[in-house]
Amino acid sequence: MPQPLTSLNPPAGAMLALHDVRKTFNAGTVNEVRALRGVNLSLPAGAFLVILGGNGSGKSTLLNAVAGAFRVDEGRIHIAGQDVTRWPEHARARLVGRVFQNPFTGTAPTMSIAENLALAARRGLRRGLGWALPGRLKAELRDQVSQLAMGLEDRLDNAIGSLSGGQRQALTLLMANWLKPELLLLDEHTAALDPKSADQVIRLTSQLITRHRLTTLMVTHSMQQAVNLGDRIVMMHQGSVACQFEGADKQRLGVPDLLARFEELRRRDMLDETAATLLHDTYI
Amino acid sequence: MTLLIGALTIGLILSLLALAIYISYRVFDIADITVDGSITLGAAICAVLIVRNTNPVLATLGGFAGGLAAGLVTGILQARFRINSLLSGILVMTALYSVNLHVMGKSNVPLLSTRSFITWAEQFGLWWFGRPEVSLLGWLVGVRDLLALLGSLGIVAATALALYWFFRTEVGTAMRAAGDNPQMIRALGVNVELYRILGLALANGLAALSGALLAQYQGFADAQMGLGMVVWGLASVIIGESLTGSRSLGLALYGAVAGSVLFRLLVAIALRWGLNPNDLKLITALFVFAALVLPQLLKMPKRGSAAAAAQAPNQKS
Repeated sequence: MPQPLTSLNPPAGAMLALHDVRKTFNAGTVNEVRALRGVNLSLPAGAFLVILGGNGSGKSTLLNAVAGAFRVDEGRIHIAGQDVTRWPEHARARLVGRVFQNPFTGTAPTMSIAENLALAARRGLRRGLGWALPGRLKAELRDQVSQLAMGLEDRLDNAIGSLSGGQRQALTLLMANWLKPELLLLDEHTAALDPKSADQVIRLTSQLITRHRLTTLMVTHSMQQAVNLGDRIVMMHQGSVACQFEGADKQRLGVPDLLARFEELRRRDMLDETAATLLHDTYI
Repeated sequence: MTLLIGALTIGLILSLLALAIYISYRVFDIADITVDGSITLGAAICAVLIVRNTNPVLATLGGFAGGLAAGLVTGILQARFRINSLLSGILVMTALYSVNLHVMGKSNVPLLSTRSFITWAEQFGLWWFGRPEVSLLGWLVGVRDLLALLGSLGIVAATALALYWFFRTEVGTAMRAAGDNPQMIRALGVNVELYRILGLALANGLAALSGALLAQYQGFADAQMGLGMVVWGLASVIIGESLTGSRSLGLALYGAVAGSVLFRLLVAIALRWGLNPNDLKLITALFVFAALVLPQLLKMPKRGSAAAAAQAPNQKS
């Protein structure tokens, strides 16, 4: 596909770069959804971006586009300087660590805690016929799991399905970061947890991100999380970026400011709708 | 005694089939009916090679390779062409029926006076014991039968141990995860479709290996011999789980083998008591049906009564 060189090259130093990314689901049917309508985004290494947005705003679709859950219709995606637009999901795993909204999605329930972590210890690497759980890895697992302070280090051989959602999510976080990812994707990863576990997981999240200086993309619908975490915010609306806050702007931002922005977007929508009915009634 | 040894031997040989079903049904949650065809394919290839005076070891491995290929085709139909897993199994099984007839050239290949594992067992037994029968716990037993039993035990034990080892390697754990939670393991960089294809190939290879050994033991390969074998394997796996539980991989594999042997023993006893052999498949199917449904039926009254105690109005729904 011949394209001008300028659009093919990501901005220098960007860990994640999206250029005019578009995706339409069920194109040409009554269920057509234009989920992404030309998203541009650039994230320098070490940045922590929080994506906010209402239901159907395209925030999760954006995350899935980066993860490679589907091919985008148009546009380019670069991760760590590599054009991954056509890479399948499992190939992108070499660069990307992920935590999902549903705590059941991130771990294999019938396998033990140790086996799950051992699988993550080879994320994106070649898997051979070597022992999956060699002794030195076991010792390391024990050490890392004990740092979660959840008492799981003595239950490494238990099936992970027997753990609570919060514990599973904490382990998924550990798994996503076992090998330092170029990019960490968090998809509303505390939305399905009770408030106490959610707090615990959020604390662990910011700990890991600061300690390893991870480039992070986090989707959330919690304004409080958006205000507390991250160094920049993007607000999605109808499949595109509605507004963006960085640096000092982001630091000054409070929950009321975000709510006001949301209200504004919503009002604009409603106005569109009434205007449309008005036009419809008048002319048809 | 001869009857008992025969039942144990067939139970062991078919336990390779049970291990195959364990892989497709328990690891990948696919009822892969391809094995009905691949068990016959393994028998057919092995029998034809043996008749042509090939070394029995090579002939048996040839049968195994045939099964691998059959499983590979089913896996590709599922993963590459997105055909429903049950349907792709049915397609390959149906196709294999013709393939098997072509391999054998007729519907039945007898293995009389040819060199096979069984004749090896007979010759070795004669050389070792110096006579065709020995006394075992006061019973006279053919050395050929005794050595066939020991040989099957050795082959099955080696296969089960190899599987146990494999499923604990990096590739093997990734394969189990691909069956357990595809989304999770994809996010860790595993090509789930490829692993599913490999898993089905391995399962059908084992089924074919079972067929190759069975053909040598019973002295013929037959185009009909695979009929209903999936259900047989399912029954073995289910019995095995009730024997050992499925808490750990080792227990589950051991259970599949033990379940197959126990099931064959039960069938042998039932046949001796006058069960009509024609009813065998019906009874096997009914058994698997019961094993699938009973756990739910046993759970229901408990839940029902608890719900009734808690909130009577909701009982209608």
